Amino acid sequence: MSDEKLLTLSSSPHIKDGSSIPGVMHTVIMALLPGAAMGVYLFGFPALLTIIIAIASSVAFEAWMQWVMGRRITVFDGSAILTGLLLAMNLPSSSPWWLTIIGSMVAIIVGKHLYGGLGQNIFNPALVARVFLLISWPVQMTSFPAPSALFAKGVDAVASATPLTTIKMELMSHKANIDITQLPQPSTFDLLLGAHGGSLGEVSIIALLIGGLYLLYKRIITWHIPVSFIGTALIFSAIMWFVDPAKYANPVFHIMTGGLILGAFFMATDYVTSPVTNKGMLIFGAGCGFLTIVIRLFGGYPEGVSFAILLMNLATPLIDKLVTPSKFGEVKANG
Amino acid sequence: MQLIKGKGFKGGVHPPDGKELSNAKAVATLPVPEKVTIPLSQHIGAPAESLVKVGDAVKKGQKIGEAKGFVSVPVHASISGKVTAVAGFPHPAGKNLPAIQIESDGLDEWSADVKENPGYKNLSPEEIKSIIQGAGIVGMGGAAFPTHVKLSPPANKKIDTLIINGAECEPYLTADHRLMLEEPNRVIDGASIIARALSVSNILIGIEDNKPDAIKTMADAARPYEGVRVVSLKVMYPQGGEKQLIKAVSGKEVPSGGLPMDVGVVVQNVATAAAVYDAVRFGRPLIERIVTISGSGVNNPGNFRVRTGTSSLKLIEAAGGFKSEIGKVISGGPMMGMTQYTLDVPVTKGMSGLLFLPQNEVKSYASEACIRCGRCVAVCPMGLLPNMLGIYAELDRFDQAEKANLMDCIECGSCAYVCPSKRPLVHLIRYAKADVMARRKKAA
Repeated sequence: MSDEKLLTLSSSPHIKDGSSIPGVMHTVIMALLPGAAMGVYLFGFPALLTIIIAIASSVAFEAWMQWVMGRRITVFDGSAILTGLLLAMNLPSSSPWWLTIIGSMVAIIVGKHLYGGLGQNIFNPALVARVFLLISWPVQMTSFPAPSALFAKGVDAVASATPLTTIKMELMSHKANIDITQLPQPSTFDLLLGAHGGSLGEVSIIALLIGGLYLLYKRIITWHIPVSFIGTALIFSAIMWFVDPAKYANPVFHIMTGGLILGAFFMATDYVTSPVTNKGMLIFGAGCGFLTIVIRLFGGYPEGVSFAILLMNLATPLIDKLVTPSKFGEVKANG
Repeated sequence: MQLIKGKGFKGGVHPPDGKELSNAKAVATLPVPEKVTIPLSQHIGAPAESLVKVGDAVKKGQKIGEAKGFVSVPVHASISGKVTAVAGFPHPAGKNLPAIQIESDGLDEWSADVKENPGYKNLSPEEIKSIIQGAGIVGMGGAAFPTHVKLSPPANKKIDTLIINGAECEPYLTADHRLMLEEPNRVIDGASIIARALSVSNILIGIEDNKPDAIKTMADAARPYEGVRVVSLKVMYPQGGEKQLIKAVSGKEVPSGGLPMDVGVVVQNVATAAAVYDAVRFGRPLIERIVTISGSGVNNPGNFRVRTGTSSLKLIEAAGGFKSEIGKVISGGPMMGMTQYTLDVPVTKGMSGLLFLPQNEVKSYASEACIRCGRCVAVCPMGLLPNMLGIYAELDRFDQAEKANLMDCIECGSCAYVCPSKRPLVHLIRYAKADVMARRKKAA
């Protein structure tokens, strides 16, 4: 045997563009940081604690699950960190520690590994957990502390209904003359900044938009899902607003409240649970936007983003089956 | 108007092109080698059959291997000398294949069969095609498909356009670029001859706009010719793929499973056109070509005019030897080329380049699960779902892969290039294709 190194044989292509799963995950985590940081700024130490517990427990459950199931341990590919962070951003800052841990458990074990792990799950794991918690512990999941007095001008300092809950309560009050335009609501500026009650990572629209634009710039996501999601929600809510502004909030309010921006840029765009074609993504996003507004306006819950995305996750395999790219050479027969 | 703009095609990627290593290097002619190893199979189709035996004296340009059937071409001696072996030798296709080894007599004498043809402008299409087959000409862009076959469409296919492929979209390769720059008239004269063989008057030469000098040179050279136009193409890999080039140059889409002739087009590479000129004008068979030697593993990357059958060791020497320990040798470019298991392979008619990558540029990847990011779908120039084809192949579900248009894949590698999960998609697709082809063959 000579000590000469042998030539490597391999199948083409022999070069790759340098993208990787950890690269993708870390970029999304980076993009979420402004929104998460605003959550901590607005809601203080409990928000930070919730984020830390969610990430740590997600990573732990992922490692444990991969060990139990005899899979390769890939906890540091960033996907469990991302799931934990997304879950935390969908929780009230006041979530008790056990609620957060149960959420991580549901997200990682039920939402991801029981389906077969990364790439195999049908539903967005963080949203599976959020909806599970919302149904199981509705009180803890819907009591939102008000943001710190620094930003919140005139908002109740102890507990705060989300702007969407305020409207839903008015609609359900069975008063003779419902007029939601008279309700006390945060100013547009406060909505942009996030100075109102809500899940810790969904409130600051401006911070989330910065992160969303970063994802577009880094080409981690394409415009198709956010634009069709937000666009459809905007158009549908505008139509209803024209029909009856006393009952239905204006479209800009709908876009800037609840988890719509967080959902449109960070949750609905999850690769695994959304369609692979651009046309499919447009349909998917439109479905998310439509269902969100249907649930908000006509459903029992004030907010519908999580349910809308989960329902559209369910439709993704069908969309991918029906909407395929236009094949090269699919020439229409003449005559 | 000699210069027009291309129409582009859907999908594609922008790999770093590495062409700066060799695109400014003029073609250097290598001295006549002392020895050549000429494979009997340098083309798609039946291998040629040896006409010589050990000890025979041969002259340059002499036919030493006879074509077997219509989809086949002869091979010719590229030097004068004595046959020393007719046996199996390493071949760039990755295994030992029959080849004829010739030792030079140092005279480099042309065979008496090689005759100039001053009246070549009056040849009939049939005469031109027969000369092209007799000269052993094949597609020199890499596929090595016999040229005369492409020039013989069935009577019911009306050809109206000849497209000359000067896209050279594969990274690192600059052989076609230099040919267009240094010998534009040979290419255009060759193209005119091919056009005459096809009885068409419309010639479009497609060149990517990362070669502005070649575009200008070719457009200038094309000026005196009627019906010859240069099409400037926006850089996008795989623009030199036959179907993509037709779409980008003419806007026509070759139907799935069809051939360029189905849309009235024949495509030939620029080097092939130049070889046709040599054959028809001077009677010279295809015994030399330009090869790009590149990659950061060699000291002086460049472009070399070299006889077929020359050992790659000569080319390595001409490129200044190795800079560092070599980890990978690729015949062709990095997107579609084939890796070599030995440093000593002969130059074949279809070898556009040899790429030498040092050990530290050889990376291996663990394939992860598909995360359905859809990048492969977005870049696939054939509008396929590479993600699904890869999964079907992994599960041996070849029938489903076939239904998902597996056989339309041109193996350009764009999908595997962008995959963040490092899935070997082209490899998986080839694996499935092999099974489908074997079954089709059995059924036939």
